[in-house]
Amino acid sequence: MLAPTAFTLPRRRLFGPRLKIGIGAVLVLAMVAIAILAPVIAPYDPYEQDLMLRLRPPFWADRGSWAHPLGTDNFGRDLLSRLIHGSRLSIMVGLCAMCVALTLGTTLGILAGYLGGRVEQVVMRFADAWQALPEILLAIVTVAVFGGGVWVLILVLGCAGWEVYTRVTFNLTRSLRERPFVEAAIAAGAGGGYVMWRHLLPQMVPVLTVIATLQVAQLILQETALSFLGLGLPPPTATWGNILAEGRERLLVAPWIANLAGCAIIALVLGINLLGNGLREKLDPKAAGRG
Amino acid sequence: MAYVLRRLALAPVSLLLVVLFVFVVLRVSGDPVAIYLGIDATPEQEALLREQLGLDDPLPVQFLHFLADLLRGDFGNSLQFRAPAMAVVGQRLGATLELIAYALSLAVAGGILGGLACAMWNDRLPDLLLTGIAVAGQSMPSFWLGILLIQLFALDLGWLPTSGRGEWEQAVLPTITLATFILPNFVLVTRTAVLETMREQFVTTARARGVGGARALFRHVLPNALNPVISLLGMQIGRLMGGAVVTETVFAWPGVGRLMVSAIFQRDLPVVIAAVFIVAVTIILASLLVDLVQAAIDPRIRMR
Repeated sequence: MLAPTAFTLPRRRLFGPRLKIGIGAVLVLAMVAIAILAPVIAPYDPYEQDLMLRLRPPFWADRGSWAHPLGTDNFGRDLLSRLIHGSRLSIMVGLCAMCVALTLGTTLGILAGYLGGRVEQVVMRFADAWQALPEILLAIVTVAVFGGGVWVLILVLGCAGWEVYTRVTFNLTRSLRERPFVEAAIAAGAGGGYVMWRHLLPQMVPVLTVIATLQVAQLILQETALSFLGLGLPPPTATWGNILAEGRERLLVAPWIANLAGCAIIALVLGINLLGNGLREKLDPKAAGRG
Repeated sequence: MAYVLRRLALAPVSLLLVVLFVFVVLRVSGDPVAIYLGIDATPEQEALLREQLGLDDPLPVQFLHFLADLLRGDFGNSLQFRAPAMAVVGQRLGATLELIAYALSLAVAGGILGGLACAMWNDRLPDLLLTGIAVAGQSMPSFWLGILLIQLFALDLGWLPTSGRGEWEQAVLPTITLATFILPNFVLVTRTAVLETMREQFVTTARARGVGGARALFRHVLPNALNPVISLLGMQIGRLMGGAVVTETVFAWPGVGRLMVSAIFQRDLPVVIAAVFIVAVTIILASLLVDLVQAAIDPRIRMR
């Protein structure tokens, strides 16, 4: 029987930041390598159909064979090749959308914190109001009007997620501005742009790295959800969400299609989340465990 | 009081942002007449609609007209149902709110209990296990979770139906799926909040007075640790609504989310806009309510 440890001193963490960063980094690097090398390592063309070879099960099932290690889909396309190619789109949309959100949010946050006054009021109230809007709704409106596409997804997901960076960089700027090294720079005649770029921004890199990493995981989940709903890239495209949606139609005869796509998504997202959580514990031990 | 007033003023601004976003997207996309009418419209219909929509007015005037229509609840007619879009969406809102109510109850109750268990056995097996599951849950694509649940409980075991709404059995799997969207966050936030509160001096004092562990936890720690959990509730309502879109699609739950997705495929833009608007209003009102309740029970927030 385990006794509650609630009011005793903390013990050494069994699953500490180093282990998390290690496992996370291995998963993420493996996925990124797969995405980059997709054309080289994929055994087949992900779009090549062979109707004689429809819905072949993966190698561990009775009728499976090593010719198509993870089986084939309803059009006889090799599932392994489609999953390998699917990683590219998810990673690219996740990373690019994060960059859009990071740039937008950080710029606004630092400006609001440094300039204060009316800029601060407008930007921060805007951020407050924006917080209530769910990304997926904005994405749905945009996709309803423009149709799904890589750049539409990147822009709408990126533009939807800026507010978290603004909030954090704003608060950091406010506290950093009072610090001696910033005051010294201003006293020495440094301009606003120089102070923000050379003195404020570098101080925020650790915190921003953590938030950005965790955000990429969320963005990838949102991209796969949109694809799954049919609001991402249109169907023949090999994306994890599309593969899962197609597999859902064949759940009784070919459950492995949906489940393998699900495994691919969770492996990547879990890797990124572990990496992000580990980095947070390492770079910012006080905030660890929050949210 | 200043906080309450500021918070009340924020809600219309959020709503205005939604309307502005929709307006910009619609106008940037090119000719709204083509989107509204579809390809088989006659030139007379186009001219009439162009006049109705006031497309020859300057943009700010157009925006005000657009806003006025939305505030009157006039979103135009649904192209697939031949009825006012607002009414079409209104019929489905009940199902979505029902699902959200179930999922929210499950997520809050499960999250607080889970977080409490983590904090009680901090850095021991239950904590590691539960935080591990929570992080895995955060990484889980909810639509796949829904499909896994269908495979296990509906197809293999045959205990529960795969889809639909009406019987209570049909609500079980969608509730679990939707709750998983936010439950991990509640576990992790409760855990941190409880652990931080445990280090407060008033808790040490209570313990020194001889208050027992369980009593200290439930009477002194938990009520004071609930603050961040309630804040989280306000922030997660939007995510829950987004999750409802996915969950309703997986389980054929006849709510607003599923309607929205099918309306996109039918190019039924009035319904899409009406649905987004109504969902946004719901989210904004719900998070306003949460913030006001929190201000009512916690003086520290009112003082901000």
